[in-house]
Amino acid sequence: MHEMSLAENIIQLIEDAALEQQFTQVITVWLEIGQLACVEKESLRFYFDVVTQDGIARQSKLEIIEISGQALCNQCNQDILITAYHAACPHCGSYALQITQGNEMRIKELEVK
Amino acid sequence: MCTTCGCGTSQTRINGKPMQPNQHSDKQLNYRSHKHSHAHEHNPVPAGTGHSSNTIHFGTGIADTHAPGMSQARMIKIERDILATNNRYADENRRYLSEHGIFALNLVSSPGSGKTTLLVKTIEMLRGKLPIAVIEGDQQTDHDAARIRATGIPAIQVNTGKGCHLDAHMIRHAIQQLPLQNNSLLFIENVGNLVCPSSFDLGEAHKVVILSVTEGEDKPLKYPDMFHAADLMLLNKCDLLPHLTFDVDLAIEYAHRIHPAIPVIQISAMQGNGMPEWVNWIMAGCRSVATTKQNLKQFDSTFD
Repeated sequence: MHEMSLAENIIQLIEDAALEQQFTQVITVWLEIGQLACVEKESLRFYFDVVTQDGIARQSKLEIIEISGQALCNQCNQDILITAYHAACPHCGSYALQITQGNEMRIKELEVK
Repeated sequence: MCTTCGCGTSQTRINGKPMQPNQHSDKQLNYRSHKHSHAHEHNPVPAGTGHSSNTIHFGTGIADTHAPGMSQARMIKIERDILATNNRYADENRRYLSEHGIFALNLVSSPGSGKTTLLVKTIEMLRGKLPIAVIEGDQQTDHDAARIRATGIPAIQVNTGKGCHLDAHMIRHAIQQLPLQNNSLLFIENVGNLVCPSSFDLGEAHKVVILSVTEGEDKPLKYPDMFHAADLMLLNKCDLLPHLTFDVDLAIEYAHRIHPAIPVIQISAMQGNGMPEWVNWIMAGCRSVATTKQNLKQFDSTFD
C-alpha cells in the first residue's frame, strides 16, 4: 500500500528536477530498487501509472533496475549474495550477516525533452 | 494527497482537524518561461507548434539549438532516494528532538499486539520521573489518544485516513502542536501495520517492534523489513504463554536471523513481567540524549 506514497514521491522529485533543469516532458524514468527494499515492484508500477495519468510524466515509461542484495558474513568474513533478510551464508550457514547492498530505492535518471 | 511527501493530506487529520499542507514550498512549476532582456514585438503564433506551418524549427530543445543527428531528448542524472523528501523532514525532526534533549521512540507492530496498553502501563511507571508526550497514529478514531490522555499525559492523535503509515511530515505537524518539554520522552505509536512503517524514518531515536505471543513465532521471517529496521524487540503478553503453544526461543531465533544483534525483552504489559527492564532501557536512552545535549552546549559555548 505504501507504494502509492512512493509513486507520489517519485513524481515530486521529477517535478523538482523539472524546475531545476528546465524540461517539460519525461519520456523514461529509471529507478534502482534493491532486492531487499520494502517495495513490491508490480504494485509500484501500478501506482506509477495512476499518478502519471496527468502532468509532466504523462505516458512516461518506468524502467526498474534491480540491485542485488549483498551481505558480509560476520562468521566466515565472505561477501555473499542474498535475496532475503532471512538468508543464511551459503559458505558457513551463519545468519550473522551484515547487509551491504540491496536496500536502495532511488531515482537514477530521467530521459526528458 | 500531499504532493510533497505523498502523505495523504486530504484524509490526514490531527486531533480531528484536517492537516494543512502549508509547510510546503509554494513554488509553482514553470516550464521554460519565455524571458527577454531585449525589446521586440511578440506576434501571435498559431497554437500547437508555436510557429507557422511552413517553418521547420530545430531549435525547440532546451538550449534552443540543434546538433545534427541528436534528438532533443536528453538524459538527466537524479540519483536521489525516492524517500528523500520524507527523509529531509525526518532529519529536521531529529535535529529538533536532539536540540531539546527529547528521546523519541517509534512503536511499530501488527494491530492488536498491545501497543496502547504497553504505553499506558509504561507511562504509569515513568510518570513523575520525566515529562512524557505521545503521538498516536491510527487510520481512524481518537480512541487511543483518549486512553493516553486519561493517564494525564498530553497526546495528539494523527488519523492517516486511508494511509497505512505515519510519515515524517505528519510528525513535524504533531510536534508543533504538542506541548513538548526539554529533556523529555516522546512516544510515537505508529499505525498497526508490520510492513509499511518500516520504510518511513520519522526522526525517532529508535524503532521498537512489538510482537505478542498470540501471534506466530515466524512473524520476523514473514515481515522481515520491520524486524530489520527496529533496534529493540519487545515480546509482549508473555503471561499468556502457559495457555499457548508459542515457542519463545524459536521466535527469538527467527528475529536474530533477520537482525542478528537485536535485543529482545520478554514482557507482559498487563501483569508487569519484564516491564522494569523495558523502563530501564528507556531511561538509559533518555540519559544518553540529555548527555548529548549537554555536550552540544559545551561544544557550542567553546566556540561562542
